[in-house]
Amino acid sequence: MVAGAGAGTTTPREVVDFLREVKDPEVPVLDIVEMGIVRRAVVEEGHVIVDVTPTYSGCPAMQVIEEGITTTLREQGFGSVEVRTVLHPPWTTDWMTEDAREKLRAYGIAPPGPVEQFTPIQFSRTVRVVPCPFCKSGNTEVRSVFGSTACKSMHYCNACHQPFEHFKPH
Amino acid sequence: MDANAALVDFLLGLGDDRLVLGHRLSEWCGHAPILEEDIALTNIALDLIGQANLFLSLAGDLEGKGRDADALAYFRIDREFRNHPLVELPKGDFAFTIMRQFLFDAFGYHLLQALGESGHEELRGIAGKSVKETAYHLRHSAEWVVRLGDGTDESHGRAQRALGEAWRWTGALFVPTPAEAALDESGVAPNLAGLEFVWRASVDEVMLNSTLELPEADPPAGKGYRRGDHTEHLGTLLAEMQSLARAHPGATW
Repeated sequence: MVAGAGAGTTTPREVVDFLREVKDPEVPVLDIVEMGIVRRAVVEEGHVIVDVTPTYSGCPAMQVIEEGITTTLREQGFGSVEVRTVLHPPWTTDWMTEDAREKLRAYGIAPPGPVEQFTPIQFSRTVRVVPCPFCKSGNTEVRSVFGSTACKSMHYCNACHQPFEHFKPH
Repeated sequence: MDANAALVDFLLGLGDDRLVLGHRLSEWCGHAPILEEDIALTNIALDLIGQANLFLSLAGDLEGKGRDADALAYFRIDREFRNHPLVELPKGDFAFTIMRQFLFDAFGYHLLQALGESGHEELRGIAGKSVKETAYHLRHSAEWVVRLGDGTDESHGRAQRALGEAWRWTGALFVPTPAEAALDESGVAPNLAGLEFVWRASVDEVMLNSTLELPEADPPAGKGYRRGDHTEHLGTLLAEMQSLARAHPGATW
């Protein structure tokens, strides 16, 4: 597309825009920028460095995402692409944009609410309501706190009788 | 032992605990008593192996011998593994798996929280990331201990037996290695006596809610036990875990 992007005319912001083509393979409705995975891009004479942060330590999607970043930026004319992993501060779903949350809901995954600090050992805790992404009812229940991927839990809507997934606040 | 060697040794311990326990949990894949737990145990395994990857990668970098996380995971023998014996014990029944998990999660949670304030920047970064995952694991395992302990006669009996079996291996968690003692001095790692105190408070709280009773005697401190000593179970675990990498070194797919 942009031949000679490597000539130094591409700004970091444009690099980040290119990266909107890279989707999370486990949640293909979201791109890695709106997920909050891309931290920073640095452009220097045909060389580009992208700092990314993993969602979960063992998330197998990260490797696919790194390959996606490299492929996408090569196609944009960058001769050399370096993807670096940054751990601090740790990724949180609070970095997910409002647009991204709406896309998740439309896709059938209940988006994460704000992250709350919690005490792991607490037996009389109140469980926050997760509204059904299909009928919006609050009459839902947790079926499993772990789900099909590290980032999701499984729920059931008692109103419309649909099972659904929830992107966990993290 | 110089400061770098001590840090490498400590990081190997952090990585090996998570690698070995992650492997043990993965043995439940397709075998857990209910589908939700099959998914939970394998998700926790995935987190632990991901954390192991971070700790072992840093250990390899600092060691400076060109070993990456895979080389450390797949090409060391049992004597070179620095994990605690608690995590290598066979998975047992579901009650034992949950009990061991709870005792380790509580230890890992308090340790990672303390390491979030470590004087070592990269270690602090890994700990800050891992503790969020571990908090979730701890909540899950603590709730299961209560569910089993305060459940049926059968589940109570199995949970009580599991506690008795796992308990004696917890003493070794708090016996500092020379590396841990040196890193405590320099502000890189927490003091294990302080850690034992907060760990024990968590354990007591959960046991009170579970109606289970801790053995009266404190666990043996593991005197004479040195890191690198293992039960007979680690060798067979490694034989399985390492077989593919050793049969086809450098293989990729």
